[in-house]
Amino acid sequence: MSDTIAVPNKLPAARGRYRIGDHLTAFGPLIALVVLLIIGGLINESFLSSANLSNVLTRSALIGIIAIGTTFVITAGGLDLSVGAMSALVAGLMIMFMNFAAATLGTGWATVLTGIAFALVLGTMTGLVNGLLITRWRIEAFIVTLGTMGIFRSLLTYLSNGGSISLESGLRSTARPIYYGTLLGIAYPIIALAVLAAIGEFVLWRTRFGRHCAAVGSNADVARYSAINVNRVRIATYILQGLCVAVATLIYVPRLGAATPSTGVLWELEAIAAVIIGGTVLSGGYGRIWGTIVGVLILGLIQNVLNLTSWFSPHLNGSIQGAIIILAVLMQKGRATR
Amino acid sequence: MLKNLRSLLSIGAITLAGVLTTSPSAMAEKAKIGVSIPAATHGWTGGLNYHTKRTVDALKKAYPDLEFVITTADSATKQVNDIEDLVAVQKINALVVLPFESDPLTEPVKEAKKQGVFVATVDRGLSEEGIEDLYVGGNNPEYGRIAADYFKKKLDGKGKIVVMRGIPTAIDNIRIDAFKKALEGTSIQVLDMQYANWNPDKGFEVMQDYLQRFPQIDAVWAGDDDAALGAVEAINQAGRAKGMTVLGGSGMNKVIKRIMDGDSLIDADIFYPPTLIIPAIGAVAMKFAVGAPVSGRWVLGSPLITKENAKQYYFPESPY
Repeated sequence: MSDTIAVPNKLPAARGRYRIGDHLTAFGPLIALVVLLIIGGLINESFLSSANLSNVLTRSALIGIIAIGTTFVITAGGLDLSVGAMSALVAGLMIMFMNFAAATLGTGWATVLTGIAFALVLGTMTGLVNGLLITRWRIEAFIVTLGTMGIFRSLLTYLSNGGSISLESGLRSTARPIYYGTLLGIAYPIIALAVLAAIGEFVLWRTRFGRHCAAVGSNADVARYSAINVNRVRIATYILQGLCVAVATLIYVPRLGAATPSTGVLWELEAIAAVIIGGTVLSGGYGRIWGTIVGVLILGLIQNVLNLTSWFSPHLNGSIQGAIIILAVLMQKGRATR
Repeated sequence: MLKNLRSLLSIGAITLAGVLTTSPSAMAEKAKIGVSIPAATHGWTGGLNYHTKRTVDALKKAYPDLEFVITTADSATKQVNDIEDLVAVQKINALVVLPFESDPLTEPVKEAKKQGVFVATVDRGLSEEGIEDLYVGGNNPEYGRIAADYFKKKLDGKGKIVVMRGIPTAIDNIRIDAFKKALEGTSIQVLDMQYANWNPDKGFEVMQDYLQRFPQIDAVWAGDDDAALGAVEAINQAGRAKGMTVLGGSGMNKVIKRIMDGDSLIDADIFYPPTLIIPAIGAVAMKFAVGAPVSGRWVLGSPLITKENAKQYYFPESPY
């Protein structure tokens, strides 16, 4: 489906002439990130402080972990619009489950760990539902996940009665370090993001499953003729996405200890935007996790920079964000789409 | 149920008590009342939905001749459709509407009124005067003014504060303007105002960035209790809770509980309750149930909630 799309990872030699621009475009998102860091540093001196960068990185870990799964889904030619609503639902159910379990297991780690296991199972199941609907019933991924987005979100709204589902205070203090705790001065969510990104990059580039994802996304028919079980690969990417959402939820819940109908609104678009900014091809066939992480950081830093300055009316924040996203993608397309 | 009825009665006391005792023989009328409100997109509207539902349940039980239809809309466009359907399909006799936005809802409500529907608007008015028969609302300028007065007193007339705005709407503008006006002439400096959308996650992030940017912050006006709870977490994380004051607004039960328990960061709240839908529905129901003449404007106060009076604003069962 995407065999006509220019793929930026092709070796420069493959297109005949060597051009320095090809290297520039491959690292486009990284350059955008560096430029953003420099601008931020000029705007406000506290921007480059370790405390501020730690805040932004920790915040970005939520979308970052989700976006790792999104990279797989998109690389395999799929799309998942339900991740934001799924995060909200998993968060809500996880909190309700832990509050319930606390009655027998107490408010210690025993309950929190069962809650974590519960969330991971739930994420897997919701991802599986998306995957099965798309592959077995052959409904467009866009429609399936648009549908489940509505279903997940309204289930959460129903369960919370439109308000918030809060974690019991005892459990909150137990779980709090998951978001706020540090190891050697680095917050746990940042470590989790780094480790998962490394694993993701390895799986995508160094395992059979990863290569199958790219093959399916590049041309599903060819992949099928090459004896790849296309449906199984696709389902696996949605399950992976569900798992990533669940892991992000594990970090989200300890932060404020509550899930509300506004939890995770538009996270799906942020995740997809990060993936595309990072250089993954929206129509599938090529993906890279490091690019996705850079994309997530760009999105997180823009918001942060805007909060650190009074230069612009806050009414215009969205337009600046939009302009930078387009510029970041433009930098990597550059010559390829001339 | 009894508790629900009681709080309903206490809030709608004037209408209910007056009507119930003075006109016991008035003929009960069969009527259909449409209630159109925004869907639960943030905490406050969640509370609004909760109180709407329990009010309608209580009234249905008390007046079996009354029929209620509740619709919730997640956008102004959807609400316009809802109202058109209520009038044309459901053939309602009365409409209680909390407009998503004033401008787009004015025409459809006017049309309903033209069809002979009794109209009560809640919280937000319409952009044209004289359409509604009854208006029940909170006092938005007072909301901003009370917040400013609180900081003047709390900070002794001088200090540095940061403000979080809500969702960009007319209501938010009115509150912020009144707030700024009330602070004029004092030595209280507003360092910055960013939108936090009345949302805890956004409140957390905006507060983290404020704390990075400004070495000295004496107080935060988060504009809403959801956002305030997010801000509190960011302040605790940065270890800057000492000497800091956080004020939210609108009366979320979790926050009122904190005030009752003597929290060191949050010691007050501004009442702007989602319960204001209760007297509106109540008054309209009385019009049909017992033939009470109700019309005019009913503006509920936005008093400051402190430890002394917190108990009367506390609804532990509400989702907000």
